[in-house]
Amino acid sequence: MSTVKIPPVLRSSTGGEKQVAAEGADVGEVLRALARQHPDTERQLFGEAGQLNRYVNVYLNDEDVRVLQGLDTPVGADDTLVILPAMAGG
Amino acid sequence: MIEPRLDNRPCGGKYGDIVQAIGHTPLVELRRLSPKPGVRIYAKLESYNPTGSVKDRVAKAMIEDAEASGAIRPGQMILEPTSGNTGISLAMICSRKGYPLKVVMPDNVTRERTDLLRMYRAEIVYSPGVQGSNGAVALALEMAEADSSYYMPYQYGNQANPLAHYNGTAVEILEELDEVSAFVGGLGTGGTLMGCARRLKEENPDTVIVAAEPLQGEAVQGLRSLDDGYIPPILDLSLLDRKIFVSNRDAVVWTKRLLADEGLFVGVSSGAIAAIAVRAANELEEGNVVFVVPDDGWKYLSSGVYTRPLEELEDSLDSASFW
Repeated sequence: MSTVKIPPVLRSSTGGEKQVAAEGADVGEVLRALARQHPDTERQLFGEAGQLNRYVNVYLNDEDVRVLQGLDTPVGADDTLVILPAMAGG
Repeated sequence: MIEPRLDNRPCGGKYGDIVQAIGHTPLVELRRLSPKPGVRIYAKLESYNPTGSVKDRVAKAMIEDAEASGAIRPGQMILEPTSGNTGISLAMICSRKGYPLKVVMPDNVTRERTDLLRMYRAEIVYSPGVQGSNGAVALALEMAEADSSYYMPYQYGNQANPLAHYNGTAVEILEELDEVSAFVGGLGTGGTLMGCARRLKEENPDTVIVAAEPLQGEAVQGLRSLDDGYIPPILDLSLLDRKIFVSNRDAVVWTKRLLADEGLFVGVSSGAIAAIAVRAANELEEGNVVFVVPDDGWKYLSSGVYTRPLEELEDSLDSASFW
């Protein structure tokens, strides 16, 4: 089972939990498993068509899944998904 | 043994004005960071720009572009959101050219950034530090909408930003190196990465473009909802081959290593970018890896990054804003 790290902004939707264990073979499956455990996260993570919310960055370990295979990126049992809001600098 | 110089230019160039002296920065090989003989790592020292950061190129390009289009003339109030460097660069250039400047900046940046902005006579409006740069962007957009007398260059959406790198940074790299296997830049506005990616891939489509981005400390993720996330309009993810985050802790570790091993006194984002450059170098058998050093270390001195041991810094890293 992989680990999903929850950012502060989402913790009110996970009962304060900082990380959640979730099952799935790819990023989409793991995030949907998270949303089944904590339904309030679904509206923040996904758009109406089921795509990843534009302002959410999801990383497989430390690499952005949008630059890998998006929600179809394979996930192993020892992997960690990190959810973060998109932040700018400059 | 004395190494031959990379070129014979006696100095960085002769200019009639400090603004024109922006760019033309050194490209320095970092041999101690190289993991294997066939792979060479080069740092493009943007810290050598007049105000000490890569943003001098961006600020110059945005102001000159606005002047050329007739959007501004001396006396025009300029407004810009920034985490520091772009504001400092704009402040220097605006003071030279006669534009009053107001910057919106998070209130948790180091004291030096405030001092530098005041030194160049910029007015500062602070946004909540817990919202990071996103909060500064949101506040500046509100201010611009409420008062049409402001001109906002808006580095996050201004194509003059990536063009400064397409026509400058990347060209200078290609003047010095016959091939670039991988290019690593920091992701803030996306300007460095977008501009360099386009020019380097025109030269060699196989050049791997890698973005290093900050893993903001939890105390800098204080947004109300994920919808408060912000994606700069100039950022085109399709130009990136990889996008990897680096924690503030690892960034500090590598910033210290750049200082200890290579004598580079550079900002904390440079440490993060160097970490990813070495990772990219490890994955190559041969070739050149170029990474950008966005700024020098002076404006982070008060953070203690260079002088205090890592264990003493741990508690403060979560709330620090280095990008």
